Amino acid sequence: MMQTLLSALCDNGPLLLTGVWETLYMTIASALVGYLIGLPLGVLLMVSARDGIRPRRALHAVLGWAVNIGRSIPFIILIIALIPLSRAVMGTSIGYKAAVVSLVVGAAPFIARLVESSLAEIDRGVVEAARAMGATDWQIITRVLLPEAIPSLVRGVSIATIMLVGYTAMAGTLGGGGLGAIAIRYGYHRYQSQMMIITIVLLVILVQVTQVLFNLLAKAIDKRNR
Amino acid sequence: MIAIKNLTKVFQAPQDVAALRNISLRVDPGDVFGIIGMSGAGKSTLLRCIAQLEKPTDGTIYVDGTDVSSLKGRELIELRKSIGVIFQGYNLLLQRDVAHNIAFPLMLSHTPKEQIWRRTQELMELVGLTAKAKAYPSQLSGGQKQRVAIARALANNPKILLCDEPTSALDSFTTQSILTLLRDINRNLGVTILIITHEIGVVRSICNKVAVIDDGLFVEQGPTAQILNAPTSDITRLLLGTAGGEQ
Ligand SMILES: Nc1ncnc2c1ncn2[C@@H]1O[C@H](COP(=O)(O)OP(=O)(O)O)[C@@H](O)[C@H]1O
Ligand SMILES: [Mg+2]
Repeated sequence: MMQTLLSALCDNGPLLLTGVWETLYMTIASALVGYLIGLPLGVLLMVSARDGIRPRRALHAVLGWAVNIGRSIPFIILIIALIPLSRAVMGTSIGYKAAVVSLVVGAAPFIARLVESSLAEIDRGVVEAARAMGATDWQIITRVLLPEAIPSLVRGVSIATIMLVGYTAMAGTLGGGGLGAIAIRYGYHRYQSQMMIITIVLLVILVQVTQVLFNLLAKAIDKRNR
Repeated sequence: MIAIKNLTKVFQAPQDVAALRNISLRVDPGDVFGIIGMSGAGKSTLLRCIAQLEKPTDGTIYVDGTDVSSLKGRELIELRKSIGVIFQGYNLLLQRDVAHNIAFPLMLSHTPKEQIWRRTQELMELVGLTAKAKAYPSQLSGGQKQRVAIARALANNPKILLCDEPTSALDSFTTQSILTLLRDINRNLGVTILIITHEIGVVRSICNKVAVIDDGLFVEQGPTAQILNAPTSDITRLLLGTAGGEQ
């Protein structure tokens, strides 16, 4: 067993390496773009809430609605539904780069909620004190809410990233490349169960490393409980 | 310094609560004015109305000659900078060290860097926390946290300091040291202080005037000695009898 695994690993070294690279690329690229969209969205959700720093009922309702719709569509359906969008944005709907489009759309609403809940953890008294000092709404967001929430935001990044690793594998099964594609092509269609096991192990390692690194980072930058 | 006429504040949701009813009050320059009352009497609401953190339902509030309820935008922000506020819960920024907490209001007004650090240094000396400049709030005792909050509130050289139960979370020894600090600030820097409390001991030790508030109404007010020696209302007698009391 161990031997066949090792030989499969040696024989498919370059292929697996490419798979790891593609998975990393998809995860990191879609996390970055996902935060570019999800972070402001999450801030807006928090700020416009009824007990937020600038309540805006209609805006909050519309945003909340959009986010919930995004989150209620199963990702596997979203990939298929977004084939035209991927074509329009990336010129193709096949390959790991094209998959980033649907990954971003799938992750952004989730990221928005993560950011919203991180910001909601900040003590209202601190916000009130900042307001009493003459802080503008913008200063409250950029100098109080976001900096105070950083450890929690970092933990959110690890949750989003790990979810994205899983999503990349799903995208891989539908022509997206990465470790998911390898698992399907070799492990499933060609009955090479060693390849299935190897890709699973690689995915597990990826997730564990991400989790440990982000936990350490969140702990290192958190100035509470010292 | 602060003149309030017929201030009323009604909270709408979930059902109407008249937190303040027809409150009138005058705080003169140099006063240490105490407002004492039980929990839920409307003390915090009154302070929040003065700092314009809450919009009054009715009545007028003059701070240093300006009608504050008419202020908007920049003017409102300038007013808030001219009033220092400290809270029972300190409300410090937990991810910033002592020096940066104290410097925070100055950074908000885009003060030049050297000026910020010179002022921060002065303030840390004033409250006796120079050695803790690089400590984070989680590493400080309650009394030290309140000292940071006081230094922060004084950063913009306010003429008025509003204090919402500043010592209610502290033991009696620390309470005395914070009250002494407040009295020194009043005497040496000429800062007018409005202090809210449920502890008669606080009034006794530093207030020259006091108002007693119950269920949104002022039941009596006047010079501290007069109110403490000859209380005219039951609630004042109750507060005098139960010096500890609940929050
Ligand atoms: N934001 C609010 N919404 C509704 N009711 C409030 C609000 N803030 C205070 N109240 C009510 O107003 C009354 C006075 O509260 P508060 O000023 O906090 O009292 P105190 O500080 O004297 O304990 C209480 O009955 C409280 O429940
Ligand atoms: Mg209160």
